[in-house]
Amino acid sequence: MADVSEVPSARERAIVRNRWLLLTPALAILIFAASGPLLITLTYSFLTPGDYGGVEWKFSTDAWFNVILQRDIFDDTLMFADAHLSILWRSVKLSLMTTIGAIILGFPTAYFIATRPKAHRDFWMLLIIIPFWTNLLIRTFAVMELIRNEGTLNTLLMAVGIIDDPIQILYTETAIMIGMLYVYLPLMVLPLYASMERLDFSLVEAGYDLYATRFAVLRRIILPLVKPGLIAGSILVFVPSLGAYVTPRVMGGGKQLMLGNLIELQFGQGRNWPLGAALSITLLAIVMVALIFYVRAAGKEEVPHG
Amino acid sequence: MAKAFDVRKQWGFTTIAIICFVTLYLPVILLVIYSFNAGSSVAIWEGVSLRWYRSAWENTQVQEATIRSLVIALWASGISTSAAVLAALATTRVRPFKGYSAVFAAINQPLMVPEIVTAVALLIFFAGIKVQTGYTGLAYIIIAHAAFCIPFAYLPIRARLTGMDLSLEQAAADLYATPFQVFRRITLPQLWPGILAGAMLAFVISLDDVVITEFVKSAGQDTLPTYMLGQLRRNITPEVNAISTVLLGISVTMVIAFFFVSRIKK
Repeated sequence: MADVSEVPSARERAIVRNRWLLLTPALAILIFAASGPLLITLTYSFLTPGDYGGVEWKFSTDAWFNVILQRDIFDDTLMFADAHLSILWRSVKLSLMTTIGAIILGFPTAYFIATRPKAHRDFWMLLIIIPFWTNLLIRTFAVMELIRNEGTLNTLLMAVGIIDDPIQILYTETAIMIGMLYVYLPLMVLPLYASMERLDFSLVEAGYDLYATRFAVLRRIILPLVKPGLIAGSILVFVPSLGAYVTPRVMGGGKQLMLGNLIELQFGQGRNWPLGAALSITLLAIVMVALIFYVRAAGKEEVPHG
Repeated sequence: MAKAFDVRKQWGFTTIAIICFVTLYLPVILLVIYSFNAGSSVAIWEGVSLRWYRSAWENTQVQEATIRSLVIALWASGISTSAAVLAALATTRVRPFKGYSAVFAAINQPLMVPEIVTAVALLIFFAGIKVQTGYTGLAYIIIAHAAFCIPFAYLPIRARLTGMDLSLEQAAADLYATPFQVFRRITLPQLWPGILAGAMLAFVISLDDVVITEFVKSAGQDTLPTYMLGQLRRNITPEVNAISTVLLGISVTMVIAFFFVSRIKK
């Protein structure tokens, strides 16, 4: 006997089944080539390194110790792994400096675009978006060719006679920062502009009419209103900078390593896969903390202004 | 005077903004210009020539890398776009269901996890499979690309679907059209600009990838970007600029086309 209430529930079940059938290809690919390998990486971080790369299936927490500590080869005392810590510190420092640089350059740019007539704004934004979608490696190459010792900048400066010898910029920390600033700047401008476009500029005029200084207008009126965009832009620049691999490799030339290059090293010359895995998971954890912080901050901001 | 204040004319900000636009484009424009250099320097101009385009064209390594890049990008965008269409149909215009946010997080995972972390994870995983099966073909790179292309294909398709009215599809279903007929006759004709936009985005993203390819590829499987990265250790000639210019041309064309396709009226 068919119960009336069972008819919609059978239909409901068919809908649910179809939905998961439709999702199967995408989820299968993502589990096979994105989520699954991450779990394997986590497992590998608790194994013993093999002699020629790879791992031996013996449980060990050494890799995690080695992320920040090292054992003295003579007397077995523990101490901080200076090499790793200095690379970690350089990654954080350069990423922060890149973020600050991106704010200094990106904020006025977003302001400029937001204050153009409405019909022109799309054009200016397209100018920001095109570099964002073009090859990161090529853009890094372009900057490298500019600041190389034999590059356009040095050639020009020497031809004019300002300097006699080329300034060594490439293969320094400054070069990595310039490179990252160049490739990630659009990521700051995009969300900042989105916030600023909604800003009511008559508030700015009102503030100024009431004899507020330029700085006071910026700090008391503009900044509080564009804060969500500023936070979003900072996270969007900071996160890829921290995990950058190509830019420090090209601009640092293997002399100035960042976290991404240190990780690669463990799979190449280092032959220490578990350490590489542990470093990867460390990087992932830092990024996740930054993203959670961002989601929280963005969530809080939306309520009062919504 | 307070009245002289104009939000549009903040010369300090305007100056920085102009510097910003110039510096965003100047290095790339110089790179393109020097690809036409007759000399072998990327900084000293010696006249116009197509010498480096010819040398890139005749370089067998570049030829192979180009074909490999295109094959991978076509497969990856095809696979990821098909999977993304199905996933978008299952997650758009429906009531929130159990597991919805988990599915959404899974689809967007490649956007959140740093590329180097995914690259290393794939290296570990695929190294194991390569040993077990002995297969070392392009499929590893294709499946890896397909995975990180899914969110890029998914977003424009989802955006298009969200704005589409369900009533036509319901009407067709009421008139005894099979689900496949509904999809082919009603959904697909409205959805295709979104699908095309998603496929183009996935193609560009796959074509430009360096990090994941660098870690997943077996010996002799260079794509154009990894080939260029490998050239770094050598003396840089405008040949690299010529290859870059061609790749840039493809990317910019695709992005501009994407802009227009995603504006097609619903």
